[in-house]
Amino acid sequence: MNWQEFWAMGGHAFYVWTSFGAVAAVMLANWLLPVLQHRKLLDQLRRQSRRQGGQSR
Amino acid sequence: MKTWFHQWGSPPHFYERAARWTPWFSVLALVTLAYGLIGGLVLAPMDYQQGQGYRIIFVHVPSAWMSMFIYTTLAIAGGIALIWRMKLAEVYIAAAAPLGASFTFLALLTGSLWGKPMWGTYWVWDARLTSELILLFLYLGVIALYSAIEDKRSAARAASVLALVGVVNIPIIHYSVEWWHTLHQGPTVTKFDKPSIDTAMLLPLLSMALGFTFYFAALALVRMRLGLLQRERYSRWVSDMLNQSQVKS
Amino acid sequence: MTPRRRRMLFIGCLLLGLAAATALMLKAFEQNLLYFYSPSQVMAGEAPEGQRFRLGGLVKYGSVKRAEDSLDVQFVLADCEDSLPVTYRGILPDLFREGQGIVAYGQLSTGQNGRLFVADEVLAKHDENYMSPEVAESLKKPDGASCMPPGMLNAGNREN
Repeated sequence: MNWQEFWAMGGHAFYVWTSFGAVAAVMLANWLLPVLQHRKLLDQLRRQSRRQGGQSR
Repeated sequence: MKTWFHQWGSPPHFYERAARWTPWFSVLALVTLAYGLIGGLVLAPMDYQQGQGYRIIFVHVPSAWMSMFIYTTLAIAGGIALIWRMKLAEVYIAAAAPLGASFTFLALLTGSLWGKPMWGTYWVWDARLTSELILLFLYLGVIALYSAIEDKRSAARAASVLALVGVVNIPIIHYSVEWWHTLHQGPTVTKFDKPSIDTAMLLPLLSMALGFTFYFAALALVRMRLGLLQRERYSRWVSDMLNQSQVKS
Repeated sequence: MTPRRRRMLFIGCLLLGLAAATALMLKAFEQNLLYFYSPSQVMAGEAPEGQRFRLGGLVKYGSVKRAEDSLDVQFVLADCEDSLPVTYRGILPDLFREGQGIVAYGQLSTGQNGRLFVADEVLAKHDENYMSPEVAESLKKPDGASCMPPGMLNAGNREN
């Protein structure tokens, strides 16, 4: 099987590659979003605690 | 056993341990998904009936399995949250429900993209497709209930009840193709006699399913840590942890 | 009874009641949940009279007749017991062939030799078997399958 045949998927390229693409996109987004959100929340909490720490000490 | 249960149930302990488990699940997911993709897209032969188009099975079936598996775990976690009032179970429901919803969405989408070339239609209202769509609505209901109620304890309780009630849909989805005439074909892998699928197709399919499971395990932990931190941001262990990390840096 | 026990009992009862209610409801709506009727059901008069419905079966070997100048097509849909001739005008799905599972949507009418199903939509219902063309070739029976494969019509056998 050569590459051209591989991408053509026997004439069903649109259906096969849209399916795999959608799954990859959703799974990637599901991975990135919570990681970024977590980083942001930690930053925010650190800044808050530094501010409070500065006031109380 | 009891101490183990309690240790894992304690938020700071879980927060720390989960961070260590995530990379392992991620590596396992990458390996199994890589094998599944190569095996499914390249190594497996084409199907006698559907030619190359059948390869959608390698993402469609694992997505559909995950959609049902995750909902079942939601119901179990819901039971634990309601009976033992365990905080981690509540956090789990909030963390896993969006993942389950995305797998359900993917199962419906890829199924529709598979149906058009093979059946001749994107969608039919047969028992299998309709019950899977209801599953998506159940997930959305759980997510909406949890986010709509301000107090997270009562929010989790409401979501738990819905997760438990909705679990009757799971056997309906599974058996719909056997109980009623549907356009959707019957089970291939999970029937009692030998799976009616070529081994060269079955192995990558199972590997993909395993990969999806590991992916879900890794991400459930990631999302649970995030949810835990959001819920406990004003608690003692969070500020202790923040102070410690500041001393270190 | 501790509160925990009471909650456990409550949830157990909730699930049990729910399961029973759902089972009853599904039983009551059984007819509406069928996506299609089989030829033997139609011949036994179980399909709605004078209404549009779906007919599902296997395309009988040697029964497909295509018109030369139009998209008209005639074939016979069969299950293990009975069969019904179908006419259709339009584009057939790729998987349409003799021996294939097909679900047709349309209406019953009376043709020259008895009952005739006039379809305006034809969908393919493939089976749950996946194998390479070589394996399929080696499994092929000389006359081809003339009966529904298991899994195509399991609901009909459930009652027996």
